[in-house]
Amino acid sequence: MTDTTTSHSGAKPQRSFNIAQMLLEGRAFFALIAIILVFSYLSPNYATVSNFLIMSNHVAIFGLLAIGMLLVILNGGIDLSVGSVLGLTGVFSGYLMQGVQLEGAGVILYPPVWVVIVLTLALGAFVGFCNGVLIAWFKVPAFVATLGSLYVARGVALLMTNGLTYNNLSGDALLGNTGFDWLGFNRIAGVPVGVIVLVIVALLAAILLMRTAFGRWLYASGGNERAAELSGVPVKRVQITVYMLSGLCAAIAGLVLSSQLTSAGPTAGTTYELTAIAAVVVGGASMMGGRGTVQGTLLGAFVIGFLSDGLVIVGVSSYWQTVFTGAVIVLAVMLNSIQYGGKGARR
Amino acid sequence: MSTSDITVDQVVLSARNIAKSFGAVQALKGVNFDIHRGQVTTLFGENGAGKSTLMKILSGVQLPSSGELLLNGVPVHIGSTVEARELGISIIHQELSLAPNMTVRDNVFMGREIMGPMGVNFAEEERQCRALMQELEEDIDPLALVEDLRLGQQQIVEIARALSVNSNILIMDEPTSALSAAEVEVLFKVIHDLKAKGVSIVYISHHLEEALTISDHAVVLRDGQMTAYAPRADIDLDWIVRNMVGENFDLGTPPQTRFGPPALVISNLSVPMASGTGLAVDQLDLTVHKGEIVCIYGLMGAGRTELMECAAGRISPSAGDVRLNDRSVAQMSIAQRIDAGLVLVPEDRQRDGLVQTMTVGRNLSLASIRRFTRGLFTHLGAERQIIDASIKEVTVKTDGPGAPIGSLSGGNQQKVVIGKMLVTHPDVILLDEPSRGIDIGAKAEVFRILAQHAAQGMAVVYSTSEVGECLSIAHRILVMRRGKIVAQFTHDTTKEAIMAASGESLVA
Repeated sequence: MTDTTTSHSGAKPQRSFNIAQMLLEGRAFFALIAIILVFSYLSPNYATVSNFLIMSNHVAIFGLLAIGMLLVILNGGIDLSVGSVLGLTGVFSGYLMQGVQLEGAGVILYPPVWVVIVLTLALGAFVGFCNGVLIAWFKVPAFVATLGSLYVARGVALLMTNGLTYNNLSGDALLGNTGFDWLGFNRIAGVPVGVIVLVIVALLAAILLMRTAFGRWLYASGGNERAAELSGVPVKRVQITVYMLSGLCAAIAGLVLSSQLTSAGPTAGTTYELTAIAAVVVGGASMMGGRGTVQGTLLGAFVIGFLSDGLVIVGVSSYWQTVFTGAVIVLAVMLNSIQYGGKGARR
Repeated sequence: MSTSDITVDQVVLSARNIAKSFGAVQALKGVNFDIHRGQVTTLFGENGAGKSTLMKILSGVQLPSSGELLLNGVPVHIGSTVEARELGISIIHQELSLAPNMTVRDNVFMGREIMGPMGVNFAEEERQCRALMQELEEDIDPLALVEDLRLGQQQIVEIARALSVNSNILIMDEPTSALSAAEVEVLFKVIHDLKAKGVSIVYISHHLEEALTISDHAVVLRDGQMTAYAPRADIDLDWIVRNMVGENFDLGTPPQTRFGPPALVISNLSVPMASGTGLAVDQLDLTVHKGEIVCIYGLMGAGRTELMECAAGRISPSAGDVRLNDRSVAQMSIAQRIDAGLVLVPEDRQRDGLVQTMTVGRNLSLASIRRFTRGLFTHLGAERQIIDASIKEVTVKTDGPGAPIGSLSGGNQQKVVIGKMLVTHPDVILLDEPSRGIDIGAKAEVFRILAQHAAQGMAVVYSTSEVGECLSIAHRILVMRRGKIVAQFTHDTTKEAIMAASGESLVA
């Protein structure tokens, strides 16, 4: 690909500029193609449908977190708590699946799976709400507020289980609470449910961003909060809502992950927030807010997921995976600043 | 004057054909002038005339696109503020660049700390700082925190810092805009002392009469060009205004309309200063009728911005009431006030007016999102209609609604900000310095649009610090000073009368 660019630049400078521009703007897409090509060449097992589905199932977790993170980053904020919220909500769902003992009445309630899911999602949204209120009303910097809830959520998860893991999430047919593992194990038309959940959430987020007033408010307040406010955008409400949505996405990811593992451990999702941020950034969003798309973020999540799974498949040490992921992130941010720095020449 | 000795009329710094352009905008078009040793050269000019660009070039913040600077007759390249400082050129910005959390001593020596064997030699710094303050005859403790000083004293600290690097050219950008009369007096005394020491001063002020009292030479800029240059003896206030404003560029006349009932009634409104002490708007009363155009003239810091932002809901008042169409807006959010028909076009369009990451079209439709939302979803066709109507109405020159907002010129960007608010069909539009930083053609067009809407019954309130703009479309001209309306004129007044009313008592 590089060769094509240079050969053109010699002959037709005008056209090569356009190609360079195209490569720059579609960089996440081309990176994904390049990754697939390289690993298909290196390993015969890489480019198979079943492997793609397995890898996509891995990506689903990061992808869900990344979509929530995208909304927050579009707003000009950051949500460091998503990994912990994922862990907390996973544990919470496990806790509910074990049955809730009501001390006074002396009975144990076994809520059906849909109740478990609703309560878990509510918990995720609640943590996000707390973040949003701290940031919007109490003016705590997003980095600090969500760093705090990163610790608090993780701590609560550890307290709930005493550091142990809930292993039995399959429920009991007699108690009417089976089906929890459906999210993680089942396939619809061969596609893992986790991937389908990701696709649905991504579609909803894309519609939210492109076709609703809220989406417009979000882009505007992320691009210039003062101007948005003076134009009548309820900037505080937008801010609180994006953190709630991010918490909600983390809870969905928590449900999918604990269902995939059929166990809920309090340390699940540690450092996942960083992967989610990386996916958003690789997907071309600006950390300053106001720029970014769902499709870009999904591509970013797939680039990172396919890269690290590919490295595993070809047998590269996991330490090298970390190095590669880091390099990809830095490269992506560098390209972002080239793209936005050139365009947004301020006067 | 005591400075008239042998050094008089020795040119220390001269600008030759200095031009500067930002993209398509030419901020300076070939400016020539000299700075004389031990004298005060004052720069006059309206906003956007190019004064601050010129100062940035002299002080090394920006490089000129063409032209050269001669220091003592030798061409010099001033590539940074550090280089400027080494050449003896210092600038005191309108917004002070002090660290309020540090002491006077630390601020004076910031970036050039005197090092001893054990780190910074604080004792030596303090001694030098004390000597400087003595020289300036100011009783400021070197160990006092800057945030505890009055604004005038902070200015003195800035001057001390400039002097401590042996500056022989000192640029002062609007140094008196935030000072009390007594502090101005102190500043002028310091300027006289500096002149006696051979320091050359470049002085910028909107306050013409005040500036005249200390000027030795006057340079007038208009639209990036130097329109006049003369020694003090040859000039008076009239001469400056004439050269600043130019000969009658037609900015329109007040539309002949019958006023309707009061649209905006502000009564007894007080707004505290952002700094917390004192009032920015002081028990102000103002009534604007439907179809009426009111101009508020005042110097920087007179309280115009606070008045408008308070009416629009950005900041809350400490007392008083704002009524729109006989309905109090006190409990309304900004969005509700926009819906009710009260909108603000803010002063700083980059900071408060535009979303730079969005397109021209999306900026235009930003304040009316609700109007093209059907149920849950935005209706792209309805939005497109709003945008197209708006582009046509305010005549934005653009490649289309999808063009990035940064691709427009300043004047067209301003039209987008105004158009965004006009499409909400307001009853009252407040515009804070709508002509700031746009060229004269765009200015005329903005005023034409406003006059047209007023003729249809909209109440228009705009503020300006350019006296030429008061006598354009406004039916009524109010002069604001220190948070109060101090004078009121009709369209048939003169520029001199307005200026005289805005000024503070002259320094003896």
